[in-house]
Amino acid sequence: MAERANHYPNKLGLWGWLGGGRYGLERYAYALHRLTGMGILFYFVLHIFVTGSRLGGAQKWAAEMGFFENNLFKFGEYLVYAAFAYHALNGIRLGLTELGFLMGKPTRPLYPYRSAVMRQRPVLIVVMVLAAVLIIAGGVDLFE
Amino acid sequence: MRESTLWFWHIIAGAVILVLLGLHMAIMHLDEILGLYMDPTGWESVIARSQQGFFMVTYILLLGAALYHGLYGFRTILFELNLRKGTQKLITWLFLIGGLFLFVYGTYVAIAVYQMKEVAS
Repeated sequence: MAERANHYPNKLGLWGWLGGGRYGLERYAYALHRLTGMGILFYFVLHIFVTGSRLGGAQKWAAEMGFFENNLFKFGEYLVYAAFAYHALNGIRLGLTELGFLMGKPTRPLYPYRSAVMRQRPVLIVVMVLAAVLIIAGGVDLFE
Repeated sequence: MRESTLWFWHIIAGAVILVLLGLHMAIMHLDEILGLYMDPTGWESVIARSQQGFFMVTYILLLGAALYHGLYGFRTILFELNLRKGTQKLITWLFLIGGLFLFVYGTYVAIAVYQMKEVAS
């Protein structure tokens, strides 16, 4: 079969998209970033229509909110909030890395080698701790 | 538009969402901890926010930024599945039309609810 222009052969198929090789901590963080992003997007599209019901006035709004007033939706709402907290903070780290801020200066490949991944790992830890704090705070606010 | 330009605006939209959605989440989910609105989803709170110019403008900005950031991100994920050029174009157009529809609808709701005060008075 002729190769498609500008594409390498992708023999891994869907598995290559889900986790094709030896993933490090940053790669799992990126995979979770994508999962939370898709979850937020799905919720957001529904949210646009649900919040559009405020056009119908107080009664329509109360009826709409009454439909969502149960533990299942409350927990789902909390998951969306947790997904945002993670996605936003990890997104800051990814944006900074993308723009080259956490990579350090390029050096000659002389032993002992310096790794750009290890240079930004403390930022990953800080981001995860901050996300955990926000997620716990949101849980306290929502469920108490 | 070049992919690198689209990617640049994806990062800018992310920064905009960080601020505006962060504010929205603080109001909706950290209200008790921060001592803000006590019932952020109640009608009085909702209509009070919706009829302030600041919130109307920030809702529309957040809507546009979130739709662009989310749909472009989802498109990027789908494109990594090594799709044919025709399928890529179809996805791009579907997301563009769907995103524009959602943006127009959301903007209409934000402006119409803002103007409900003028109708009532």
